[in-house]
Amino acid sequence: MTDAPVLEVDDVAKTYDVSAPLLQRLFRQQQRTLLTALDGVDLELRRGEILALVGESGSGKSTLANILVGSLPATRGQVVQDGSAIPARRDKELSRRIQMVFQDPYSSLNPRLTVRAMLSELLRVHDIVPRSEVRKECLRLVSLVGLDEDALDAYPGQFSGGQRQRIAIARALAVRPDVLIADEPVSALDVSVQATILELFASLRDELGLTILFIAHNLAVVQHLCQRVAVMYLGRIVEVAGTDEIFANPRHPYTRALIASIPRMGDTSGAADLVPEGEPPSPYDLPTGCRYHPRCPFAEAQCRELDPSLRPLSESAGRVHLSACLRASDLPESP
Amino acid sequence: MIMTETDLHVLEPDPSDRTLLLEINDLRVGLRRGRTETTIVDGVSFDVDPRTRFGIVGESGSGKSMTLRAIAGLLPGGTEVLSGSIRYRGTDLVTAKPSVRRGLMGPEIAMIFQEPMTALNPVRPVGDQIAEGPRRHLGLSKKEGRALALEMMGHTGIPDPVRRVRAYPHELSGGLRQRVMIAMALACRPKLLLCDEPTTALDVTVQHQVLDMLESLCAEVGAALVFVTHDLAVVNKTCSDLAVMYAGRIVESGRTSEVLANPRHPYTRGLLDSAPDFDQPGRALVPIPGLPPSIANRPPGCAFAPRCSRAVAECDSAAPILTTSTDHRTVACFRAEASGSEISA
Ligand SMILES: Nc1ncnc2c1ncn2[C@@H]1O[C@H](COP(=O)(O)OP(=O)(O)OP(=O)(O)O)[C@@H](O)[C@H]1O
Ligand SMILES: Nc1ncnc2c1ncn2[C@@H]1O[C@H](COP(=O)(O)OP(=O)(O)O)[C@@H](O)[C@H]1O
Ligand code: SF4
Ligand code: SF4
Ligand SMILES: [Mg+2]
Ligand SMILES: [Mg+2]
Repeated sequence: MTDAPVLEVDDVAKTYDVSAPLLQRLFRQQQRTLLTALDGVDLELRRGEILALVGESGSGKSTLANILVGSLPATRGQVVQDGSAIPARRDKELSRRIQMVFQDPYSSLNPRLTVRAMLSELLRVHDIVPRSEVRKECLRLVSLVGLDEDALDAYPGQFSGGQRQRIAIARALAVRPDVLIADEPVSALDVSVQATILELFASLRDELGLTILFIAHNLAVVQHLCQRVAVMYLGRIVEVAGTDEIFANPRHPYTRALIASIPRMGDTSGAADLVPEGEPPSPYDLPTGCRYHPRCPFAEAQCRELDPSLRPLSESAGRVHLSACLRASDLPESP
Repeated sequence: MIMTETDLHVLEPDPSDRTLLLEINDLRVGLRRGRTETTIVDGVSFDVDPRTRFGIVGESGSGKSMTLRAIAGLLPGGTEVLSGSIRYRGTDLVTAKPSVRRGLMGPEIAMIFQEPMTALNPVRPVGDQIAEGPRRHLGLSKKEGRALALEMMGHTGIPDPVRRVRAYPHELSGGLRQRVMIAMALACRPKLLLCDEPTTALDVTVQHQVLDMLESLCAEVGAALVFVTHDLAVVNKTCSDLAVMYAGRIVESGRTSEVLANPRHPYTRGLLDSAPDFDQPGRALVPIPGLPPSIANRPPGCAFAPRCSRAVAECDSAAPILTTSTDHRTVACFRAEASGSEISA
């Protein structure tokens, strides 16, 4: 892995217009209602790494993923790939470079296409290999994800959940992307199948040098697979650091709450005090100051006024540790 | 509290009462077409004492949900209890009249599903839905029902209940909907709460809150829990006792801490080895080879034999029987991992 960013997310924001239809609004004299899903996200993905994106449900992880693959326009900000900003309308070549794998292997594949038909179509449209080599390339792709040649002539309905997820990965890899965005790719799988898919992601990184953004809720999985972790809260990245560093030395109170909430295999009751009480604030009406202050056990007067940005904190093993907490350096030692 | 003890038509459990709350004996659930039966749940037996928290784990398709649904009398169309008994405080629910069953659902037994939307009515305010059970079963007035709904919403940690009591399910986040369903299930103070993967769709902080809440609410109303999940760490946090299911059968059971610390069945061992453990960061994951058998093609001997690294010839011909050893551990395997006094040469 090198530290050169493949992908940079620069101040990306996304608001959804969730207003009632215009006529109804005029009639009831209502304002437009905007929901802020992303509120100035900065993030970089380094070549050959698996970066975890974790955070509360509704914090904007999937919204960011959809913006990265170009299936959703950003309201503000830009995505920069290898130094140049990706335009709002991507051509075939640009859309090839970032591919997505979804949580639900059942609904993300066309049930009426055999695996071979699906892969060959993609290979032709994107001109990945000469026509004469399409057959061979299909075979290479299924073996890359650990399936037999027989899989090529079967339909998605004939596969188990884990096998379907392999097919979804093969489809994403067919166009030889630089970056893979995986949105909760193992959440729906049994532990044993999950283990084999995690192994597959690790080998894609180690053998093909693929860069992967891995969205997940299970922090034991994240710790096992990922080199760095980015934590999201209410539309912002609030902490980024190397995996070992962030779990040993979390420097944002929300990250501490996440870690305290991990269900453990051993007999640990965790630091229950850190688990946030109540629900996250409404994304229609973000709190002033630090957006975590209504739930933060370390909040001070300044936290209600100042909106902290994501700033470098210290160097850990040559890699930067970022936190968006005003008290990042004077938080008590984590338990 | 608006409900007084005398309002309830059910008795508080007497701590000295030794009768089992739930006693499941050789339960078989499946499909019957003419004279052919297809077995999905194959001879499951377990007991649940009042106030215990009983977990069931296993891969998808192992029959966890079908077992729970059989207890709740909510089996999907086409499937039925083929044989066996489900005794609830002495009454066999399998042979009980439908009216008796309906009377139990709510005030005695309640169920929480993985996907809250399957249990919630999308076109009714959530407050009305929480109040519905208590109004029907406990005869509360409309006003008392609303007050109870507000109280239950407060208990389950829903912020701003006064505003949310009128909300429709789609206006709430997944975590809040799950709380509404829990409030609904606990509103009649059931003695037995059946939970089918209640936190699988939630993020870790909300999961933590929901598990803590279930635990304290159960303690408060004196309810026992049957908790289905495929997450071993969740079961470790939540359940005192545990059964591991494979291909429709229980293959191992015992105290959760003992089973997870010293699994004796190769399948339990396999589940533990394949899941990452936050407290053992460097450990390699060892997946269980192969896949569970389909219901139509269960092997004649031990159903786990095709995937088992300890299998011997005997395993293919005869099915191991679930046996309880002197240390109260139960396992169905010819070559179970032994421990303590049982180790033989
Ligand atoms: N199409 C949409 N219209 C309106 N609001 C939306 C839409 N999609 C998402 N949102 C809102 O945007 C916010 C971020 O949603 P997003 O799906 O990105 O969250 P997430 O972090 O992926 O959550 P989860 O962990 O539950 O998958 C949420 O408040 C959500 O309700
Ligand atoms: N309505 C149904 N008709 C026939 N078979 C079913 C039905 N529902 C579930 N099954 C089958 O029963 C088995 C056990 O299912 P289930 O109890 O849902 O498993 P689990 O909850 O352990 O994942 C599966 O093989 C499933 O396909
Ligand atoms: S800035 Fe203040 S409120 Fe925000 S996380 Fe840090 S201590 Fe808590
Ligand atoms: S009975 Fe045999 S095949 Fe079955 S789990 Fe035990 S050793 Fe393995
Ligand atoms: Mg999402
Ligand atoms: Mg199930």
